[in-house]
Amino acid sequence: MFSRGIKPFAIAAAAMTAISLALVFFYAPLDADQGFIQKIFYVHVPLAIVALLGFVAGGIFGVMHLRSGDRAWDARSYVAIHISIIFGCAVLVTGAIWAKAAWGHWWLWDEPVLVSFLVVFLLYCVYYPLRFSIEDPDRQARYSSVFAIAAGAFVPINFAAVRMAEAFTHPRVLSQTGGSMPGEMRLTFIACIVAVTLLFVTLFKLELTAKNASAQLSRLRRALEPEAAA
Amino acid sequence: MTAGSGQDDEPRTTSRPARPGTGDRPASAPSTFATARAILRKDLAIELRTKESVPAMTLFTVTVFVLFHFGLDRDTLEGDLASGVLWVTLLLAAVIGVSRLFATEREQGGIDGLLLAPVDRTALWLAKAAALFLYLTAVEVVALAAFAILLLGPDLLPALPVLALLLLAVNIGVAAIGALVSALAAETRAHELIVPLMLLPLVVPLLIAAASATEPLLRGDQGAEDLVRWLGLLTLYDVVFVLIAAAVFDFLLDD
Repeated sequence: MFSRGIKPFAIAAAAMTAISLALVFFYAPLDADQGFIQKIFYVHVPLAIVALLGFVAGGIFGVMHLRSGDRAWDARSYVAIHISIIFGCAVLVTGAIWAKAAWGHWWLWDEPVLVSFLVVFLLYCVYYPLRFSIEDPDRQARYSSVFAIAAGAFVPINFAAVRMAEAFTHPRVLSQTGGSMPGEMRLTFIACIVAVTLLFVTLFKLELTAKNASAQLSRLRRALEPEAAA
Repeated sequence: MTAGSGQDDEPRTTSRPARPGTGDRPASAPSTFATARAILRKDLAIELRTKESVPAMTLFTVTVFVLFHFGLDRDTLEGDLASGVLWVTLLLAAVIGVSRLFATEREQGGIDGLLLAPVDRTALWLAKAAALFLYLTAVEVVALAAFAILLLGPDLLPALPVLALLLLAVNIGVAAIGALVSALAAETRAHELIVPLMLLPLVVPLLIAAASATEPLLRGDQGAEDLVRWLGLLTLYDVVFVLIAAAVFDFLLDD
């Protein structure tokens, strides 16, 4: 049931990734200040946006699970958070590389988006020990959904808090992704967001299908086992 | 904090369909607040007799102040350093309280008795949050005095009224989220690991607001410039997590 549409999504994701990479390297202009290294922006920022949306989506799937009692929603919540954490690792690594190349430091505490992303990432890392230390499957699903909801609500509050802490010491006139981007850059950036979103959806569907298949397999095994023993 | 969560909880719990055990509650069942008061009285009686959480948390804060004295190699602190040391210590002490909050329920099976009682489950969250709030307040009275004597450079008294307001706002937030985290972790195998790992990132916004608002107070001068904005952030955090915790808590206990 989860595998529907996975092939078109995979093809679209591959095509869009190729197109956006071509745009990044051959179409988008070089940044006047930072030069070539600025192109990591086209990977870093879309990954961060999609990962955060994935965390929030995990919370919404958690609400759906608690409202309906259908464990399929919990599986969606888990997979959304799982893939967002993987994307989150990539965000932190690309962010550190960008910071090193552009400002000479691996980590900058006065970059509010990066700092709040780290806090959110640390919180979501607890999802695994929480989820896998509960054995009863029903309880595991419910507890994970409760965590996903609380953490999903935490994401925007945390961003507001960290940004407020920075706003007083470093007033920011324009954000990094702000409206001052020239047209070619903006087009490339949007193409990159679409590509990363398609990649997320494809991985999401793939992981759900795999989880579903292995659950089905172990169900069938259990059904067959008494016969084999008898 | 209590009025809102109690009122909109009553109809939701009773009207939830197809959950045997919670729907057929007798008409004479006690209200959420009466139940919460009873559970809170029980928790406070246990705490008064065993003296488990509050003395441990208080001792912990004083020990951490001593550690900071040696770690920073400073006899007196002021400004941002004093504010940071104070708030980090208080939040770390809160971790101890949170991890002990469901201890009797978990270790001695008290949770079964609470679940068998035909009462609103949100009352349990309310009672645990209220207990944690009282523990934190008690700890902070001693911890502030110890901090003023041991480490703080400038005089604490002029800063005290605003600091009390900040402590109130932070305690509400920590109590709301702490009771939820404690219940989440109580059923896991590694609960003593899960509580700090989950609680500490969740209280980062509280720390940011409280430490930034306290910093000018502990510098000696009375420039509380951005106080309103930080209190606004604390209030927003409190409201959001009180509502969320009250809404999702009973799903943790539906068995």
